[in-house]
Amino acid sequence: MHIWKPISAAVACASLLLSSSLASAADSVKVGFVTTLTTPAAVIGNDMKDAVDLAMEHIGGKMAGKPVDLIMEDDGFKPEIGKQKADKLVKQDNVDFVAGFIWSHVLLASRKSVLDAGKFLISANAGPSPIAGKLCHENFFSTSWQNDQTPMAMGEVLNQKGVKSIYIMAPNYAAGKNMVAGVERTFKGKVLGKDFTKWGKDAQLDFSAELAKAKASGAEGIFVFYPGKAGGAFIKQYTQAGLEGKVPLYTVFTVDAIALPKLQKGGLEGVLGTENTQQWSPDLDNAANKKFVGDFKAKHGRYPSFYAAQAYDSIMLIKSAVEAVKGDTSNMDGMRSAMKSANYESVRGKYTYGNNHMPIQNFYLRKVVKDADGNWTTKITKTVYTNHQDVYASECKM
Amino acid sequence: MDYSLLFIQFLNGLQLGVLLFLLASGLTLTFGIMDFVNLAHGSFYMVGAFICASLTFWTGSFLWGVLLAIPLVALVGLATELIVVRHLYRRDHLDHVLATFGLILVFDTLVQMIWGAAGISVPLPQWLDGQVTLPGEIVFPTFRLMIIGGGLLIAAGLYYLVNHTRLGMLIRAGASNRTMVGALGIDIKTLFTGVFALGAALAGIAGMLISPITEASIGMGNEIIITAFVVIIIGGIGSMKGAFVAALLIGLIDTMGRSFLDDIFKLAMSTEAAETAAPAVSAMLIYILMAIVLAVRPQGLFPPKVR
Repeated sequence: MHIWKPISAAVACASLLLSSSLASAADSVKVGFVTTLTTPAAVIGNDMKDAVDLAMEHIGGKMAGKPVDLIMEDDGFKPEIGKQKADKLVKQDNVDFVAGFIWSHVLLASRKSVLDAGKFLISANAGPSPIAGKLCHENFFSTSWQNDQTPMAMGEVLNQKGVKSIYIMAPNYAAGKNMVAGVERTFKGKVLGKDFTKWGKDAQLDFSAELAKAKASGAEGIFVFYPGKAGGAFIKQYTQAGLEGKVPLYTVFTVDAIALPKLQKGGLEGVLGTENTQQWSPDLDNAANKKFVGDFKAKHGRYPSFYAAQAYDSIMLIKSAVEAVKGDTSNMDGMRSAMKSANYESVRGKYTYGNNHMPIQNFYLRKVVKDADGNWTTKITKTVYTNHQDVYASECKM
Repeated sequence: MDYSLLFIQFLNGLQLGVLLFLLASGLTLTFGIMDFVNLAHGSFYMVGAFICASLTFWTGSFLWGVLLAIPLVALVGLATELIVVRHLYRRDHLDHVLATFGLILVFDTLVQMIWGAAGISVPLPQWLDGQVTLPGEIVFPTFRLMIIGGGLLIAAGLYYLVNHTRLGMLIRAGASNRTMVGALGIDIKTLFTGVFALGAALAGIAGMLISPITEASIGMGNEIIITAFVVIIIGGIGSMKGAFVAALLIGLIDTMGRSFLDDIFKLAMSTEAAETAAPAVSAMLIYILMAIVLAVRPQGLFPPKVR
C-alpha cells in the first residue's frame, strides 16, 4: 500500500507536466535563450537580455498572434553548462528555437544537442569557423558574423592606412585563434609578434609582459581581440605603458558599449579616437536601428552593445519565421525558408544569408567619439566591406 | 638578446611577485599558525578592491581610497573570524575547505548585490598614471614601480614584525607549536583573530593595488588564490621568508615564460608549433616548479623550524 502512494503521485505529477507542456506547445511559441548571466561576463549577458526584453516589448510579446514563451538560461561562461542548458531547453521545455550564445566554445559544445533534437539554433554572437564550414547545418542561423570576418575587415583597414607591421594579442581559445587568422588573412604587412594569453575562468588580465614585448618589437600598430572585462583592462594598461600616441591600437570586439562607459568613468581618454571594425554601430541610419537604440537608451540610460543589437535581431528573425507560417511552428521547412530570406527589419540594415546561413553583410570602420551629451560611443567613419561573405562558406556542403 | 627588454620583464615579474607575496603572506600566516585552510582568502583581495574603488570615487583620490580601505578590510576579516572561522579551528581540513568555499559564494554574491556584476575601473591620479624613464632609456609605468616599492616596504615591515617584535615572536611560536604557546598562558584566541585580520588586510592591499591595472571584479580573488597556494607550498607553509622568496620566484618565472618561451621554442620547432605550445607551457610553468619542489623538498623551500 505504502509503496503505491508515492508512485501514483509521481505518475500524476508527470502526466500533469506532460499535458501542460503539450498544451502550451500548441498555443505559444517557445524560445530558449542561452547567454552568460553569472560571472563577470554577465555584463554581456545582461546587455543581451535587456535587448531581448526590449524586442519582446516591441512585438507585444506575440508572434503571429501567439504569445511568446521566453526561457532565459545561464551558461555560466562554461561549455559544459551551456550544453546542459541546451539539453534542458530542447528536452524538458520542448522549445521551438534555441538562440543566444556569446562564446564560441559554448556554442560548439551545445550545437549538437539542439540540432539533433530537430530544433532551430540561432547564434546571436558566436561564429566559430567549423559552424560556418564543415559543421554547417540547415537548422542553424546566425544573426552575427563568422569570427574571421570582423578582423579581416580590420586587416583591410590596416592595408589602406599603409601600416607596415603589427603586433598581435588575443586570448587562447577558439574565437581568439579565428580572430588572429582573420587579420592575418588580409593584412599584407609583417606580423612582428603574436601572443595568445590564458583565457577562461582564470583568464590572464595583466598584460605587462606582452605589452613590453609589443613595444620592443617596434611594430607600427597593435591589433587585439579582448572581449568583456579583459578589454577594459587591456586599454588601461596600454595607456599606462605609454603606448598611446606612439603605437596606435586597432581592435575588434574589445572597445564596445560595454567597455566604454567604464573606461569613461575611469577617465581613460586614450581610447578616444581609436578605431575598430564591426557590422553594426549605434549611429547606423535606418528606421529599425533608430527605434532600437532610442528605446534602449530611454529604458536603460546607456548605449546598447553589438551583442544587444544581435540579440534583438535574433528575436526579430524568429518572429519573421513564425509569421511566415502563420504561427504553425511544426512547419519547419516553411520557417527555414522564411529565415533564409532574412525578410525582417534588421538593425544593421538589409542583409542576406549565404549557403551556410551566415549573414552576407557590410562591415564598417568605427571611431570612438564623444556624443552630444558627452558620453563615449562609436561612430561609423567608413564602409570597409560591402556584402562580405565569410571564407568558410565554400567548405559547407549545403 | 635585448637587455632593456629583459630588464623591463624583470621589473614586471617583480611587480607580479610582490602582489603575490601580499596575498600569500596572509595565507601562510593563517595556514601555518592556525592550521586553517582558507579558500576564501581571495575574497578579501576582491573586497579590498571594491571598497577601495568606492572610496576612490568618494574621496576623489586613489591614495585616500587605499588608506581608508585598509582598516575596513581588516574589519571585514575580523568579523569573518569572529562569526565563522573561529568555530572551525577544531574541525578537520575538509570542513575548512567546505566552509570557506561557502564563504567565497557568500562574498561573491554580497559584492554583486552591493556593487553589481559589471566591475569597477579604478582611476589613478595623473602623477601615477604615466611612465618614468629609468637609466638606459627604459620606460616603465609609474604605478607598477610604485607597487614594487610599496610591496617591498610592506615586506620589510612584516619582516620586522615577525622577527623583532613580541607579537612576531608569538606568531613564530604559534607556527612551530600552537599548543605549547597556549599552555604558556598566551591568549591564543585573540592572537588568531589579530593574525587573521592582518592577513585579510594584506590580501586587501594586493586587491587595491591591482584594481587600477585590471579592475575590481567579482571572482577576481578566486583566480589568483590558486597561485597564492602554489606560492606557500613552494615556500614552505607557515614561513614568511618562504612566501617572499617563492612569490618573487613565481612572479619572475611566470613573466619570463610569457615573454621568452615562444622565442626559445622557435629555436627547436616550427613557428606554428611554437605559437601553439608556448602559451600552454607558460601557463603550466609554475605548476611544474611546484611539482619539482614537492618531489625534492616536500616541506617546501623554507619550512618553519619545528613542526
